[in-house]
Amino acid sequence: MPKVVVAMSGGVDSSVAAALLKEQGYDVAGMMLRLWSEPGKADSNRCCTPDAMAQARRVAGILDIPFYVVDAKDVFRETVVEYFLEGYARGETPNPCLICNRKIRWTFLLEHALALGAEFMATGHYARLRREADGFRLLRAADRNKDQSYVLHVMGQHQLKHALFPVGDYLKPEIRRIAEARGLPTASRRDSQDLCFLAGEDYRNFLRRNAAAMFKPGQIVTRTGKILGEHGGLANYTIGQRKGLGVASPVPLYVIEKNAVNNTLVVGVRDELGSTGLIAREVNWVSGEVPPAPFRAEVKIRYTAQDANAWVTPMGENQAQVRFDAPQRDITTGQAAVFYQGDLLIGGGLICP
Amino acid sequence: MIYLDYSATTPVDSRVLDAMLPYFTEFFGNPSSVHRYGQRAEFAVETARETTARMLNCQPGEIIFTSCGSESDNLALRGAAYAMREKTGANWILASRAEHPAVTKTLYHLEKYEGFRIEWLEVDGHGMVSPETVSKAICDNTAVVSVMYANNEIGTINPIRDIAEACRSRGVLFHTDAVQAAAYLPVDVQELGVDMMSLGAHKFYGPKGVGALYVRRGTPLFPHLTGGGQEFGLRAGTQNVSYIVGFAEALRLTGVEREKRTAQVAPLRDQIIGTVLEVIPKARLTGHPVARLPHHASFVFEHVDGNVLLTLLDAAGFACSSGSACKTGTPEPSEVMNAIGLPRAWGLGSLRVTLGSGTTSEHIESFLSLLPELVEKARRLK
Repeated sequence: MPKVVVAMSGGVDSSVAAALLKEQGYDVAGMMLRLWSEPGKADSNRCCTPDAMAQARRVAGILDIPFYVVDAKDVFRETVVEYFLEGYARGETPNPCLICNRKIRWTFLLEHALALGAEFMATGHYARLRREADGFRLLRAADRNKDQSYVLHVMGQHQLKHALFPVGDYLKPEIRRIAEARGLPTASRRDSQDLCFLAGEDYRNFLRRNAAAMFKPGQIVTRTGKILGEHGGLANYTIGQRKGLGVASPVPLYVIEKNAVNNTLVVGVRDELGSTGLIAREVNWVSGEVPPAPFRAEVKIRYTAQDANAWVTPMGENQAQVRFDAPQRDITTGQAAVFYQGDLLIGGGLICP
Repeated sequence: MIYLDYSATTPVDSRVLDAMLPYFTEFFGNPSSVHRYGQRAEFAVETARETTARMLNCQPGEIIFTSCGSESDNLALRGAAYAMREKTGANWILASRAEHPAVTKTLYHLEKYEGFRIEWLEVDGHGMVSPETVSKAICDNTAVVSVMYANNEIGTINPIRDIAEACRSRGVLFHTDAVQAAAYLPVDVQELGVDMMSLGAHKFYGPKGVGALYVRRGTPLFPHLTGGGQEFGLRAGTQNVSYIVGFAEALRLTGVEREKRTAQVAPLRDQIIGTVLEVIPKARLTGHPVARLPHHASFVFEHVDGNVLLTLLDAAGFACSSGSACKTGTPEPSEVMNAIGLPRAWGLGSLRVTLGSGTTSEHIESFLSLLPELVEKARRLK
């Protein structure tokens, strides 16, 4: 049987992924990434605490599979953490999990897995994969509530060719039952968007320590240029934020734009939050080919967002314009817009300013 | 799988296991008991002590059984440091920069919490300590000197006789960690001239969980486990009878078979060193080319993550180890790699191949046919 490396976290999903593959007869090995933490905070990095690592090692022992740890500290700091800092410096709200999936999990770790002689790399992601005559398709998980395909939109055909998502066909409660039946640990990693290297802290504390220059005060203005007050650095705010603006106003005001060029925070009333469109850059088309014409799609603008119906128009190789049928709130620069048709993931890219 | 990590540990020799087994069930008594169950167990422990003493050319009363080599190092260093400070006020400890963590971490602790002063003795590029370095460092306040017999990571054998002589001529206690050495090198303590010597059974086909410390008669030593009066009051706790029996039998067999075992591994070790240095680019031998353990080959490869190389080797069916190996995947060059002056780009890429009873020339052929390719693979992943 082919060799498969399972990217393990110590949590229930990747543990069950490994168990299922082993039962299907694959030659399974576990691998875990050692990611970067701020000096002295290794114990609280959400993805790879010593506890999580001990847990994964224990699971590998129960399943009787080899287990290896791959050091990705330097590459993680150079790509993911830098990207995070640069994104905030540009006034964006970056999503480091996306670049981690692209550059770390599905490039760096995949290379290590293939170097070990593996044909496949599996993860505990809730997503599905189908092989068709003309290539691989990425689909939403059977359990729509747990679907994680959003963060996998960065995957191309080369990666899908080597990928397996053994838990994507199951419902989460089924995965728990499978884990219990096999005596595997059933703890889930928290399903939050907390970033692993923030060690459970507010991202602003991390930014203050690592990029203090980002907290340069500037003006709070309206769309029409009226100055309402002063902000303590754009990195403190997210699009759609209402609380903590420190501006007196008869109607509630929301952050509608972070302008890094002149360091102004643009605020407005609720109606100004909505937008009917966006441009996405660095778009990945899962099929490897740019769709020839505009197409209807359901678009997700955040990991947790609802689908929104839209027209998607490819622009060149790796950009796309999205026109929503109805205005969408909180379109946030730096997050991804991901295009689906039903369960099928067509592609996605980063939201431009 | 092919096991090439005999310096990490060895399988228990079946003859050793046979000697141990009766003491789990049939002769299970407590050696301190008055009745015949106790007498039988005590007889086994004292016979083991005599056997061990014979192998080390010392008196049975100079052998303290412990739980492992690390415990022996702790007892020797802490015991001598406290005793010497009380006796003479001496509070300096000298140790080489290339010691095992059982020594270095113990000394860090004595320095940080117990007020002792440590002087780290420089080693040369092979990790060797010269007797002159030791002589120069000794002063009136030196409590004890510790230099390992042979290095676990790089295999270098220190000139223990000369270092012991340098200490003795100045009236200073000398301890050596012989945990790695005992499997292949002479352990005659009169010949070596040491005051204390640490041993651990699992490095020479005995069980894990038992070690010994040789302590020359008259050496001032504080106990480090207090309680019942076992082990001459230096190490309290009911003796681990079956394991002590195993220790002695494993050491006895090692003495009897030393030449045969050396003859089995040394040529294969030479073959590994020759081939690696000839075939693999940017490879260096670590440790001394001649004065090294006969079963021990160790290298560094520039721009290789040693942990990645071990992973590739394991997946290909070979169990080796590395000076920077870390199961949590946080590679840092070991203190030994730093002590011998290796730059980081080399020190991270270490590989240790250690041979033993199960090693055949076919194993080495197949290992050497694969290693160059895996080193290249590891370099590409860097």
